[in-house]
Amino acid sequence: MACSPTRNPFSHTESPAVGVSIEHLSKKFGSMQVLKDISFSVDPGEIFVLMGPSGSGKSVLLKHIVGLEQPTAGRVLVDGRDASLEDTREHVHMALVFQAGALFNSLSVYDNLALYPREHQVADEAGIREKVMRALQILSLENAAQKSPSELSGGMKKRVAIARALVMEPQLMLYDEPTSELDPVMSATISEIIATLKDEYHVTTIVVSHDRELALGIADRVGILMGGELVSLGTPAELKTPKDPRVAEFLYPKIDLKNPRFKKLET
Amino acid sequence: MNQITAILEGIGSTIQLLFRAASYTPSLWRQRARFIDQCYQIGYTTLPIVAILSFFIGSVLALQAGYSMSNFGAKQFIGSLVGLSMARELGPVMAAILLAGRVGSAIAAELASMKVYQEVDALVTMNIPPAKILVLPRLAAVLVMMPVLAIIADLVGWFGGAIISKYTQSIAIEPEAYFSVLRRFMVFKDVLNGLIKAEVFGFAIVLVCCNIGLNTRGGPREIGASVTKAVVVSLILILVLDYFVTKALM
Repeated sequence: MACSPTRNPFSHTESPAVGVSIEHLSKKFGSMQVLKDISFSVDPGEIFVLMGPSGSGKSVLLKHIVGLEQPTAGRVLVDGRDASLEDTREHVHMALVFQAGALFNSLSVYDNLALYPREHQVADEAGIREKVMRALQILSLENAAQKSPSELSGGMKKRVAIARALVMEPQLMLYDEPTSELDPVMSATISEIIATLKDEYHVTTIVVSHDRELALGIADRVGILMGGELVSLGTPAELKTPKDPRVAEFLYPKIDLKNPRFKKLET
Repeated sequence: MNQITAILEGIGSTIQLLFRAASYTPSLWRQRARFIDQCYQIGYTTLPIVAILSFFIGSVLALQAGYSMSNFGAKQFIGSLVGLSMARELGPVMAAILLAGRVGSAIAAELASMKVYQEVDALVTMNIPPAKILVLPRLAAVLVMMPVLAIIADLVGWFGGAIISKYTQSIAIEPEAYFSVLRRFMVFKDVLNGLIKAEVFGFAIVLVCCNIGLNTRGGPREIGASVTKAVVVSLILILVLDYFVTKALM
């Protein structure tokens, strides 16, 4: 995908994309090993899509990158800084678009977007209004500004969550299942938005998703996580003909009514 | 053993939350809108129920005191009994119990649902500390509003006692006599001790309910569990603190 580094229109200063490095990351919850010795890196300005079956540890990995979880072993570096330290969030602008949006239900859409710039005093109220309306405009949400999150459809909630992340002038954008529970057209729209934001604002992007179309359509590289292990790492072109049978089964499952999978699972 | 560990963890995380919230005190002026909103929630919306309850507590105190004190000709001292009981004990304790039931449960439910639906995680990723915008304004508001609630509880309780003393045939004490005795046997320290108690109870309730709400894990069922836990812990805390604060103020 073409990459044209441009200045983030929300920022008064250059905010270059940052790289992410995951080094021998392991995570245990009690006796359950969720992530097993995972290592890979994401280059500045890259779109990296992390795929895998439900329960494979994708969202947990995302939470480690943004510092919401502490590793049991190994470390995550964002722009060379340890992601588990609070200090890192002060130096690197990271934005996570949560699966369910995680919009603040007690605030209007406008106030959801304005919260970050207000709390960090990045501009006066007129400047904040300009930033917020710009973000809403980019995502075609101008008419939703005064609505409450409870009045929005699933697709609109995802777009508001992306707009809220955009106002933070991120150097690293993380998306947790951005196309889940959406119809195919809205899923394609969200994929286009993710790719456009990366292209126009040169932001490093990590997407956790089940969506094969999204991964093959917009990713620079795709990692596949299974049972807490990274079993495949490659370009979308390489994934079109996967060598690992587990990856092939996951990406291109065939519906077999004569020999259904759930009966194999029972035995 | 697990329960002891959980209690110690709860105490530790509550103290940590207190220090974290206190470290953002300089930001309180910028958060004045949130502070005023919390004053409204904690003070104004709790006021009617505090007034109703205090009126009847004062009334019942006067009735019971009248019944027993008439037997040995001491019913003229009802005013002092109601006055001291309300100011030193029942005013702050009842205001705190209502605060736990009405405000504490609401705080625990709101913060628990914010935690379960990842709004708290969203704040953390936005580098906005939850202790700063969710806890500090509530703690500041309860410090301002709790003495107000306790004073109103005292006043309404005293008037409840006076009205019952006048209109109950077996007591029949005029309000002038009732308040004259109340003034004679009460000193400012009695009221002040009650206000200090109310302040301690209110602060502890809000802090504990915030901590329980913010430490909720799981799904919607855990929100209900957190609310129950917050109210039960608050009620126990009120009675335990009552003993220690009363002893300290003696």
